[in-house]
Amino acid sequence: MNAAKETDVSDIELLLPWHAAGTLGQRDTQRVEAALATDPELARRYELVREELGQTIHLNETLGAPSARAMDALFAKIGAEPARRARRIDLGARFRGFFADLSPRTLAWSASAAALAIVLQAAVIGGVMLKGNGAAHVGGYQTASVPSNVGGEGSYVLIRFQPEANAAAIDKFLESNRLSLVGGPSAGGLYRVEVAPKKLAQSDLAGIVKKLQEDKAVDFIAATD
Amino acid sequence: MQPTSDEVLIGRIATGDRLAMQVLYARHHVRVYRFVLRLVRNEQTAEDLISDVFLDVWRQAAKFEGRAAVSTWMLSIARFKALSALRRRTDVGLDDEMADAIEDEADDPETVLAKKDKGAALRQCLSKLTAEHREVVDLVYYHEKSVAEVADIVGIPEATVKTRMFYARKRLSELLKEQGIDRGWP
Repeated sequence: MNAAKETDVSDIELLLPWHAAGTLGQRDTQRVEAALATDPELARRYELVREELGQTIHLNETLGAPSARAMDALFAKIGAEPARRARRIDLGARFRGFFADLSPRTLAWSASAAALAIVLQAAVIGGVMLKGNGAAHVGGYQTASVPSNVGGEGSYVLIRFQPEANAAAIDKFLESNRLSLVGGPSAGGLYRVEVAPKKLAQSDLAGIVKKLQEDKAVDFIAATD
Repeated sequence: MQPTSDEVLIGRIATGDRLAMQVLYARHHVRVYRFVLRLVRNEQTAEDLISDVFLDVWRQAAKFEGRAAVSTWMLSIARFKALSALRRRTDVGLDDEMADAIEDEADDPETVLAKKDKGAALRQCLSKLTAEHREVVDLVYYHEKSVAEVADIVGIPEATVKTRMFYARKRLSELLKEQGIDRGWP
């Protein structure tokens, strides 16, 4: 039996206690406020509700608080509990849960935003690289195939190493002769090698070429500008 | 700086963080105690029960799913503990008939004084409500729980929460009338 209906209690009147406590949603709050503004009897009853609210808080606040004994007892019991193992973090489950919680619309917007971010990032990186190549470049990494000192003031040779010469042998050759690999390999497997930081006389350069040609790591060598 | 949310504390408690447990206890133990005390009406029992309530929070933190506020979850545990304790007592029952027996109908000196002070009279009448009515009144007015949250804690439909609150208030007015205070409602 629903006596509330029998006494013709409106839904608005039933909500008055929650309106007084401020725990109604926005829609119900607006409904109650509109009714209170137009119904003097309801407004009078609302004052009774507010009176009850105040006295209920007053009553509860005079009940005091538990003694420290309660907390001591609690932590004694917790101390007697078996040690708790750390929970394993399942990252896969977390990701699945995260995406599962997103609505399709949110997911679509997120994917679009991520794609845009990637494009912008690529544009920025590309811009930085182009700028770096266009400006005078001092130091920094360059690939071996990019000539770095073409047309410089040094003396250079073109070298093709023996097919059986490994990296260690080539390194040893360059180091022992104080040479710097500055370019290549170009077509034919030729490397551009700096033999001196300044322009040498033709005869001096020819002597160096002759000496280097005797090394077993070298297949072909010739002076170059 | 924002204080750590209850949900974050529960997450830490689930990993065995005792400091998080202390923070949560400090934040909520008084309200939980008062809620329990209003139901069991015995300070010693209420103190024992809140230790049990928070021990359950410690043990069950990993299972907390966040579907309700932490305070709502704790009050649900507290209510269950309080009702279980009341059931164990031979002198107090939980059905309406027995709950009505809790009411103190005596016109004691405090009642005489209350008749002169409407606020005091109202507080005394609040104490005379049945456990079922006291519970819903406290949850709405003192613990600031919404209709849905009260329904969750008490385990009844939301429509029943509204009508139960209405009848608790109606009974309150009747008790006041018995003390000679007519509120003109219902």
